[in-house]
Amino acid sequence: MHAIEARQLVRKFGDFVAVAGVEFEVRQGEVFGFLGPNGAGKSTTINMLCTMMRPTSGTAVINGHDVVARPDLVRQSIGIIFQDASLDDRLTGLENLRFHAMLYDIPRETFAARSKELLAMVDLTDKAGEQVRTYSGGMKRRLEIARGLLHHPKVLFLDEPTIGLDPQTRRHIWQYLMKLRQQEGVTMFMTTHYMEEAEHCDRIAVIDHGTIVALDTPENLKGLVGGDIITVRTSDDVRAAARLKAAKGADTRPGPDGQLIVETTNGDRFIPVLIEALANDDPPIAVESIGLSRPTLEDVFIKLTGHAIRASEADATQPLRQMARMWTGGRR
Amino acid sequence: MRRNLKGAYTIWYRDVIRFSRDRPRIIAALAQPMLYLFVFGTGLGSAMSGSPAGAVDFRQFMFPGTLAMTVLFTAIFSAISIVWDREFGFLKEVMVAPVSRTAVALGKVAGGATVAMFQGVVALLLAPVVGVKLSIDQIASIVGLMLLLATVMTSFGILIAARQKSMEGFQMMMNFLLMPMFFLSGAFFPLRGVPPWMAVLATVDPVTYGVDSLRQVVLRRSLSAEMLGALTVHPMVTNVVVMALLSVAFVVPAVWQFGRQD
Repeated sequence: MHAIEARQLVRKFGDFVAVAGVEFEVRQGEVFGFLGPNGAGKSTTINMLCTMMRPTSGTAVINGHDVVARPDLVRQSIGIIFQDASLDDRLTGLENLRFHAMLYDIPRETFAARSKELLAMVDLTDKAGEQVRTYSGGMKRRLEIARGLLHHPKVLFLDEPTIGLDPQTRRHIWQYLMKLRQQEGVTMFMTTHYMEEAEHCDRIAVIDHGTIVALDTPENLKGLVGGDIITVRTSDDVRAAARLKAAKGADTRPGPDGQLIVETTNGDRFIPVLIEALANDDPPIAVESIGLSRPTLEDVFIKLTGHAIRASEADATQPLRQMARMWTGGRR
Repeated sequence: MRRNLKGAYTIWYRDVIRFSRDRPRIIAALAQPMLYLFVFGTGLGSAMSGSPAGAVDFRQFMFPGTLAMTVLFTAIFSAISIVWDREFGFLKEVMVAPVSRTAVALGKVAGGATVAMFQGVVALLLAPVVGVKLSIDQIASIVGLMLLLATVMTSFGILIAARQKSMEGFQMMMNFLLMPMFFLSGAFFPLRGVPPWMAVLATVDPVTYGVDSLRQVVLRRSLSAEMLGALTVHPMVTNVVVMALLSVAFVVPAVWQFGRQD
């Protein structure tokens, strides 16, 4: 049984088709990413999978339960980390967890042990007694992750889990996510428009205008746009080019400011081979500098869709978000 | 069932905890009625000293109106807060929990109503300041009436907010619904001897019944029965029955609207 199975999932808003028949499976224990720009249909898909929104047509099965027929069982088996913090700022960290336990009807003793374990995992044991409004953005996110796991969900949904966090915090969050993957073996389904983040996934579905345009491992997706690029500067580029062709059968081309460019499939393995080939020539050719660049998922995205992932823009929900901040953040 | 009761309780409990921790809000609950009572009430009171209504202390007359005002605005604000709380707040987490929408909505009505009642109790502390003396049984009745009015207004607010997805409707509602409801309720002037059109509007205004009943209880010992009768419009029983019926009439569609799924 797959953790998630989506079949011809469609969602329309009036005439606008937000999700146009997406179809995929997520295996047990897999980290699965939905990569696409804002408005591509990522959040709509996640909302349908989480029983927050009814599909216009098609089916989705989570942990063996149909999202339309048995939303209660689906909700029981999933945990969700929302794009916007859904913690109550006036409650302490532990109280936020306790309220979650009450909503999921977790017995008191189970809660005591489980909350302790999770707070330790996300390094919030010391802050658990303080009100959430004193937390940093990264701490809030970690608390949400702990909360999402409290009821032992089979599938954890993460909607843009690191949006709005600085790069260092983002890295930390990922360390926690990888740790919990090891410890809990939970299946993760995430949406993101950060390329670096998508790299952590086992498989990625690239989504644009409500359709999945590609679905594969990050490595294979990058294979779609060609090989790695090695840029090398030597003491004698003409001889170097001839030597590489003769010894290794590698084609080279001149770079923009007098380097040699070699395109190959496994750049990291080819670098030592290249250096050795040049050093063993007679007389040896000196390597002055060497660089390796690999295709990024950004390149993949551009190749597949013909446009770059747009940066996050303020949308229509912005004023509402502001009210939310006033309400939850309170007056300070 | 057990799970849903626990869910509704959780939502109610959250509102109560939030209130108890929000000291600025508690102080604000005192500041606004004070402003009305001492600036508005004193000014208008001396201007009206010649008229029949001027025979009573105008600030005492207004006091039940300010209680109703506190309850009304707190209740509506609680209800409105579900709009953004559901999109970006704690309520979003509640909506994906295995708890029925009905339980969530009922918990929210209970929570909003309780908090509004608490705010009203805080405003009640001003009674000695305006010279209104209250006995224990009067206070008990006032608390009960405030809870009833709060329930009516919270469910009314949720009914309006349940399908709302943005804040645009919020200002509209404040200007075209809430303020007229408040002004027509007789909070700051007696509804005896007003033009017929206003009397009709006041009759369909739910807040009228809250103000009227609160005034009868609050001023029971300060004014003669005859004087009180001249300043109020409905028998006590009518007020209570109408509010009870209205709370059911609002809660049922509110829960239904809230439970509808996209």
